[in-house]
Amino acid sequence: MPSSDYDSACLPDILPLYYRRLFPFSQYYRWLNYGGVQKNYFQNREFSFTLKDDIYVRYQSFSTQTELEKEMQKMNPYKIDIGAIYSHRPNQHNTVKSGTFQALEKELVFDIDMTDYDDVRSCCSAADICCKCWTLMTIAIHILDRALREDFGFQHLLWVYSGRRGVHCWVCDEAARKLSVAARSAVAEYLSLVKGGDEMMKKVVLTDPIHPLSVCICDFNRESLAVVEQYFSRYALQDQDILGRKESVDKVLALTPEDVRKELQEDFLYEKKPENRWKLVKEQARRRRGTSKKGQYFEEEIMLQYCYPRLDVNVSKGVNHLLKSPFSVHPKTGRISVPMDLKELETFDPFAVPTINLICEELDRPRTGEEEEKTEDTKEKESEQDAAESRKIRDYKRTSLAKYVKYFDQFLDGMARSWKGELLKKSDLQKDF
Amino acid sequence: MQFPSRRKKFITNSQTELYGHPLQFYGQPPLENISLTEFEALAVDRLKLLKTIENLGVSYVKLSDQYTKKLQFESKTLNFPYRPDADDRKSQAGPIELEKRRKDHISHFILRLAYCQTEDLRRWFIQQEVDLFRHRFNDLNPKQKLEFLHRNNLQYETISVEEKKTLKDKLVKSSYAASGVTVEDQEFYKVPFQDALDLVRTRKVYLKAGYVYIPHHDIVTIVLNDFRTRLSKALALTARSLPAVHSDERLQPLLNHLSHAYVGQDYSIQKNVGKISLEQIDSLSGKSFPLCMRQIHQSLRENHHLRHGGRMQYGLFLKGIGLSLEQALQFWRSEFIKGKVDADKFDKAYAYSIRHMFGKEGKRTDYTPYSCMKVILSNAPSQGDHHGCPFRHSDPELLKQKLQFYKVSPSGISQILELVKGMHYQLACQKYFELTHNLEDASFSLNHPNQYFIESQKVLGGGKDIKREMDAPQRSQENSATRGSSAAPEEAANASQDLAEGTEELDSFFQDA
Repeated sequence: MPSSDYDSACLPDILPLYYRRLFPFSQYYRWLNYGGVQKNYFQNREFSFTLKDDIYVRYQSFSTQTELEKEMQKMNPYKIDIGAIYSHRPNQHNTVKSGTFQALEKELVFDIDMTDYDDVRSCCSAADICCKCWTLMTIAIHILDRALREDFGFQHLLWVYSGRRGVHCWVCDEAARKLSVAARSAVAEYLSLVKGGDEMMKKVVLTDPIHPLSVCICDFNRESLAVVEQYFSRYALQDQDILGRKESVDKVLALTPEDVRKELQEDFLYEKKPENRWKLVKEQARRRRGTSKKGQYFEEEIMLQYCYPRLDVNVSKGVNHLLKSPFSVHPKTGRISVPMDLKELETFDPFAVPTINLICEELDRPRTGEEEEKTEDTKEKESEQDAAESRKIRDYKRTSLAKYVKYFDQFLDGMARSWKGELLKKSDLQKDF
Repeated sequence: MQFPSRRKKFITNSQTELYGHPLQFYGQPPLENISLTEFEALAVDRLKLLKTIENLGVSYVKLSDQYTKKLQFESKTLNFPYRPDADDRKSQAGPIELEKRRKDHISHFILRLAYCQTEDLRRWFIQQEVDLFRHRFNDLNPKQKLEFLHRNNLQYETISVEEKKTLKDKLVKSSYAASGVTVEDQEFYKVPFQDALDLVRTRKVYLKAGYVYIPHHDIVTIVLNDFRTRLSKALALTARSLPAVHSDERLQPLLNHLSHAYVGQDYSIQKNVGKISLEQIDSLSGKSFPLCMRQIHQSLRENHHLRHGGRMQYGLFLKGIGLSLEQALQFWRSEFIKGKVDADKFDKAYAYSIRHMFGKEGKRTDYTPYSCMKVILSNAPSQGDHHGCPFRHSDPELLKQKLQFYKVSPSGISQILELVKGMHYQLACQKYFELTHNLEDASFSLNHPNQYFIESQKVLGGGKDIKREMDAPQRSQENSATRGSSAAPEEAANASQDLAEGTEELDSFFQDA
């Protein structure tokens, strides 16, 4: 489905349909209610809506799933953002004494945006992406997902395609939701290797663990490098051709020590093939490692600077920072922010993510294969009394949104197992008294 | 907080008990009676100590030799405990040492009263106290450290010998400065990563499934975390009982004054609003802007856009030199619409944040321009950003080219780069000021971009660049600024000798320190 078919002018017409028949409210509520373990967890959550003409409404909150549904169907937001859980209901924030209305908890979130890689990708710039640079997101997800699970011990990670040029990660573990601002920024810094703005050419500096101010070759970096190495040759050397054109070669060489740079420049006069050029770089790096000169790790530094995930640290730091919600529409592309199944990460294609007009069209199509679907659906009909509710479930199942909702369900089932433990503990405690 | 109006008997015995160790966790508030003069004197001294800590933290690597030496020296001058007794056979510290510990104790609690009032104050106070504590804890010998843990009932979970064996490789590789030998000799503590954020942040510790494994060598991290948590809770509690303290009209003005002293001048007083026209900004940026602002200005003119970090740093600076809200809106709009943003989009997406800066939106805080400290330490620039401190956040090679372009002499450039190498970013900037203004020695100590601007205008002829209708208020501000800085060294020197002369002195000390 080419996104050129999408025109944001059609949103006012199709958003009502999306929110009435397709938006997975029950899963959405199930997620944000977190099993009702903590009182008022859903009720004190901030939502904010972007309406037509960029009208931005903050501090929305809802007491029940029905209220959320009704309000969204009434407002038909172009975009939905999720904020923190506050000490009071966000929609009443003006009625409490200033200073007492505070953001208490939120998922630990990460925002990776392709624009932050503009200095190392040659295929596109700014908001544009293509399948060549999308590899960067794949690498980022691999590295971060491993670190968050293995190093930090988090289990409930929801990766979401932002709908345009990046991905978001929602770490939903209870421990993650309760992290302080300082802890969030420490986690984000632990995960950030690429540092510096436009005035800094060399953004990754590795050393042995001696100098206190730089990044050392520690376990974390070794793991990250292992991931980058898998992709580097195809992504950087072939797709981006970083050792092909002169300007990009110069950029790479700028990251090597001066004496090495001179030698490589001469070598490159005779060697034009990127793969072989990279071999020469590696060769130089190996030789240097035998010496005690500075800049021993330039090979690794180049790989990390070109491929290592670049986080927007400010998004992760703040408890009250808003982030675009899963299943929100991206108003510029019309694509739905869908949860990503990491089992299929390698084949994830952002251009195959359904747009709002595609799934709305799919609803209008004559019901082919209705028969086989029915057998599945009758079961649901039995348990589900409400006919309208069950029709809604059938509705999204008839569209390309189905597989993403199904994955979201799996994710929620995983979390529900941990809530059950919590709830059991709670009821045990109550019996004791 | 039971301080200081409660009457309690002064018991010397309990004092030796209370001050038995050179370092304390400040668990118990002091209960004795002291005079107002002493109250003030103690507070002022501690404030000076904390201010020194803040400054040292910018100029030196924390806990480096120079840092430690300077901090010891300052503690000694101000009569604070500065070095744990070298002779640990003497279990009882002498009366002079006890007096110092008492001073440390009481002054800490006084500043808690002054610094519990707002989030900003609390954050600053906690940061400096934590740095002070870290420095002092590091100065203890191993025996004293254990004694300290014991006295304060600090127990942390250690890992078993077997666990240590299985993890040995990982522990050696990840633990900063631990070699194979010491891994076996040392206890390792296993704590949730939230309790050792400093080590996590820098990846200097083995982190597995949410737990960090800390060698005894680094136990200071856990203790510090404990200290920070307790202090933060204590400040929140103190804030709640503050109304009672504020009803005492002797204390309230004093406490308020103390809490205002920490930032020094914040350059938010806009006596010269509207004295600068938008046409002047280009020429002023070449002559009187510090390098950081010049850099942002240039990239704004080139790209017709700035990301949030740059808009904040530059926008507040411009506000500080006297742009009115209307001018600011006009300035940003006219630049942004040359780029990809049209006027409509600007009004929707950017105008809000500019009004916000001027305290006209949201919680209506009138934001103050960023100090050098803030620019250097917080919100480092990332891809696409041009803000930050050019001396801190640029490749030395790029910085060199830039300085060459700005026609700084080769010898000047090498002096600046030398300072940068030593991480003296503010001194590097001051050197740049001296070189570009043809001064031998600038008579101020630079700590604020807006201060740079004011000083530069002064050198360039009392602000001839600023519109001629310079009237009385403008001049008086200039005058007071001149007076403040020329008197600085003298007053600072007096300040350390003559303690309780009054709080005016304190003001100038912090403005110029």
